[in-house]
Amino acid sequence: MTELTSNKQATLDQIEAATSLDTLEEQRVAALGKKGWVSLALKTLGKMNPDERKEAAPAIQAVRAEVAGAIDAKKVQLESAALEAQLANETIDLTLPGPDLPQGSIHPVSQVMDELAEIFADLGFAVATGPEIEDDWHNFTALNMDESHPARAMHDTFYFPDAAADGGKMLLRTHTSPVQIRSMKEQGAPIRIIAPGRVYRSDSDATHTPMFHQVEGLVIDRDIHLGHLKWTLETFFKAFFEREDITLRLRPSYFPFTEPSVEFDVGYANEGDRRVVGGHGDDEGHDWMELGGSGMVNRRVLEFAGVNPDEYQGFAFGLGIDRIAMLKYGMNDLRAFFDGDPRWLSHYGFSPYDQPTLSAGVGAKT
Amino acid sequence: MKFSLTWLKDHLETEATLSEITDALNAIGLEVEGVEDPATRLAGFTVAHVLSAEKHPDADKLQVLSVDTGAGDPLQVVCGAPNARAGMKGVLGQPGAVVPSNGMELRKSAIRGVESNGMMCSVRELELGEDHDGIIELPDDAPIGHSFADYRGSSPVIDVAITPNRPDCMGVYGIARDLSAAGLGTLKPIAFPGFATSGECPVEIRTDDPEGCPAFYGRVITGVKNGPSPDWLQQRLASAGQRPISLLVDLTNYLMLAFGRPAHIYDLAKLSGAVVARRAKAGEQVLALNEKTYTLDDSMVVIADDAQVHDIAGIMGGEDSGVQDGTTDVLLEIAYFDPARIGVTGRKLGLASDARTRFERGVDPAFLAEGLDLLTGLIVELAGGTASEEARAGVAPSEAQVVQFDTNLTARLGGVDVLVDEQRRILESLGFEVADNWAVTCPLRRNDIEGPADLVEEVVRIHGLGAVESVALPRMDGVARATATPQQQMERKLRRAAAGSGLDEAVTWSFLPMDAAEHFNPEGNALWVLDNPISEDMKAMRPSLIPGLLLAAKRNADRGSGTTRVFELGRRYFCEDNGVSDERATLGILLAGEKTQRGWANGKAAQFDAFDAKTAALSLLAAAGAPADKLMVMEPVVEGTGTQFHPGQSATLRLGPKKVLARFGMLHPATLKAFDMDGPVAAVEVFLDAIPAKKAGKGPVSFARPSFTPPALQAVTRDFAFLVPDSVAAGDLLRAVKGADKTNIVDAKVFDLFTGQGVPEGRKSLALEVTLQPQDKSYKDAELKVIADAVIAAAAKLGAELRG
Repeated sequence: MTELTSNKQATLDQIEAATSLDTLEEQRVAALGKKGWVSLALKTLGKMNPDERKEAAPAIQAVRAEVAGAIDAKKVQLESAALEAQLANETIDLTLPGPDLPQGSIHPVSQVMDELAEIFADLGFAVATGPEIEDDWHNFTALNMDESHPARAMHDTFYFPDAAADGGKMLLRTHTSPVQIRSMKEQGAPIRIIAPGRVYRSDSDATHTPMFHQVEGLVIDRDIHLGHLKWTLETFFKAFFEREDITLRLRPSYFPFTEPSVEFDVGYANEGDRRVVGGHGDDEGHDWMELGGSGMVNRRVLEFAGVNPDEYQGFAFGLGIDRIAMLKYGMNDLRAFFDGDPRWLSHYGFSPYDQPTLSAGVGAKT
Repeated sequence: MKFSLTWLKDHLETEATLSEITDALNAIGLEVEGVEDPATRLAGFTVAHVLSAEKHPDADKLQVLSVDTGAGDPLQVVCGAPNARAGMKGVLGQPGAVVPSNGMELRKSAIRGVESNGMMCSVRELELGEDHDGIIELPDDAPIGHSFADYRGSSPVIDVAITPNRPDCMGVYGIARDLSAAGLGTLKPIAFPGFATSGECPVEIRTDDPEGCPAFYGRVITGVKNGPSPDWLQQRLASAGQRPISLLVDLTNYLMLAFGRPAHIYDLAKLSGAVVARRAKAGEQVLALNEKTYTLDDSMVVIADDAQVHDIAGIMGGEDSGVQDGTTDVLLEIAYFDPARIGVTGRKLGLASDARTRFERGVDPAFLAEGLDLLTGLIVELAGGTASEEARAGVAPSEAQVVQFDTNLTARLGGVDVLVDEQRRILESLGFEVADNWAVTCPLRRNDIEGPADLVEEVVRIHGLGAVESVALPRMDGVARATATPQQQMERKLRRAAAGSGLDEAVTWSFLPMDAAEHFNPEGNALWVLDNPISEDMKAMRPSLIPGLLLAAKRNADRGSGTTRVFELGRRYFCEDNGVSDERATLGILLAGEKTQRGWANGKAAQFDAFDAKTAALSLLAAAGAPADKLMVMEPVVEGTGTQFHPGQSATLRLGPKKVLARFGMLHPATLKAFDMDGPVAAVEVFLDAIPAKKAGKGPVSFARPSFTPPALQAVTRDFAFLVPDSVAAGDLLRAVKGADKTNIVDAKVFDLFTGQGVPEGRKSLALEVTLQPQDKSYKDAELKVIADAVIAAAAKLGAELRG
């Protein structure tokens, strides 16, 4: 038995000292292989009588188990060391950049149009569209501006040489109001729509571009009055600027297509070189800013659009989309909107995943 | 229009402050565009007394003055004005004051070695007139040391925007009337200076065009003395931004600016025979007061005598018969012209004037005789002379509009309750006559009133729009309903898909330079070209989105930036046969510059290629709801000059052979050259109008999708390598292979394309991975052989042979 014990100790020492899987394998063959000393010892059991065997077998089995266990443990240890060495070899410099993933963007005009659609949908307004190349009749005549109306001259209209079917001139629409006419002719009353889109005036300076964006609003029903107009604009601006302290001021004005006509101002504060909408325009540090025109739709316009003015009445308003985008998101140069400069687009543009929702607030937060 | 506070108070008895007045103007619809107080411009200029004037020791033309400023010791001031002398009173600017004419701040200085502590000022230096012959001389009783602005009675100037419907407010008096109705004071009656008349008007006055000129009143005044206007008149005109010219001219301007009533004065010596309002003869010419000659046509009304045209009626007088300094005998004209005709004439001639602005909006037809008397009285009072009796031809419109008014309409339309008595008070204070039954007679000057809604506006604006309370729009029960149309939903989704794929959304001009538009114009399409473009760069409506994006990419490249990946979702503008605009929703994409920059991993920078364009086109077509899997890649459509796209590196995506949904590829080098742009540039245009609309189902929307039934057995793949003639497109080979066994073959892909060593000239090697999907049991070898043979046979029909 002492031989078994001494063999075991020698083998365990060598297993412990093994530095490679190969030497470990040699030890396994020498001990547990067919001709290994453990296997040979096990064979001696066959020649023993039952009593001897009963005494010797557990000892030999125990040695076998101990050696096998030591080999397995050493194997795991050596394998893991080898893997570590391999991984250490595979180290890369992760301060280097990965491949670029170009980030696209949504133009502020589109983003704000989506915000408008979302807010006004909650108020029951659908979005209507119409042609930008219009005829004289839809752009002027049906809006109560006949040929000789002085207000026509104030519109800085772009004209085409082409004649419309009725003989009138073709032109680029100067406002989104012709969509009022087209929508009422198509759908009749009652109606609630907004009509965002491109409009054109032959005017170009630091704050005017010959193309810009406007949104028209129209509500025609039986009992609509100026109070509804005021509420609608207030409600819109509160939702759009996401602040409750919006103060709206109506001022009498004149548009041929509304009667009474009003312009609407909102109170704002000058903070640095920025105008921040909110507060009362007469308060300290505040002033009023005109944002658009509106009024009760003129009877004649309803008649032109095929709506009975004795039964229906309502309001219309118009405001500049680029303008409110600038106020909300802080751009200061309208011309840059239409330049297509990728630096500007990625600076002021929006993530495609900033789809405006009422639950998150329609504005895109940075 | 501009006027001073003093002028307003000529007509309005009021205790209101300036800010109360401007607030009220805004509130009643006379929008204040600005207020300027000349006193701030004249700060630091005071009345001073020249005690002595000595010759400057070193300059012949200069004098050294000792000036009493009213405080402390006299100041020494060097002055070059010839009229500076001991004992006079003038205006002194002390150090710190800023000279209005040049913005210079006065300082203590030495002039030719003599100390000077300020400046004695001329009229021009203070921007009070043109005179620069000498320094201002003030009367002896001017109080020494007093603020000159205050002494002069300068008054804040209010600038008000008058909307085109309110010609009655294009005179200070009309503004005073509106303010008085709003409770800001009492309207003063007009002061008519009295005058005596002597004899009939010696000139025959006639209107031969009662439609264009319904009324023409006139009067002769003989023996007037023209000259400079008195200070009060000059000051009022100056506050309106008008340069004083001469007493007679200034008085007509005063009548127009104070009472909204244009008039004209002729030098009687330049007239011969009857003075007649008539239509111009076609081609007739007149030299107008602006020293330009206008050629008239027979739609225009003129005032003429036997010899020539003297006035483009209601717009501008003639130079030849205008009054001069030496004029002694004059004919006054006050007429009423048809507003529409004045507007048309003004537009045709391209001639704007203060008179036209008023006449085309409509002057008060009830203020002819009074206007003439007022002008006559002022002339006789200030310029002397003897007035004749007035001569009248025709009559101005005199039929007043009567509107039957329902006072409830104020609340129904205006959303504000105004007491019936208050409604009456407001209307009456504006000159409306209100009968007991609420038949409201409108003053003739208010030609803007068409019906009851206009009276609501009058009541509400004077009562105050601040009183209008917000009232919520009625709301449908429950959650707001969806309102977006399928087209709108598609565009929103597409826009965000494009941005999500790494493209920046641009918004470019709808108009293009002519050559850029023509380069991209499909054959046979007539471009929409503006009559009056703002510049040659913005002349034609775009027939394609690509040129606008290309111009943006060029600007970007010129800025030295490497990459442009942009898209735009907008309209292309076409013309239908009947002349109606056909605006087609389109997605344009432009990829220019470096797709990937040079880097440690890939080495060189990579350019965009046609496959980048193809991927963008297909993925965004899918986002737009087009059946992307059914599209065929076909040859490009050659449009216009045929050089928009590279002929060998561009294609169309079609649904069926005719229906082109998109085009994509590399732009033609000739296009890049035309746009002065370095290439390569890839582009895509997706024609959203060509995508077939999804059929709208009947009944409620169903969101349920078909059941998910993955195949029970795993798919297997088999590889085939074919030698194919160069001319065979990979897409055709794939389609043929997929068609070989439509039950088992579910997909086929090219995994290798090779030409060169080992591949015969004129052929290419295409290796395909074919995916087979077993149906209810796994394939046996024999079945796989049948499928493989079918694949090989199908490929063979295109000339492909299996590589050994």
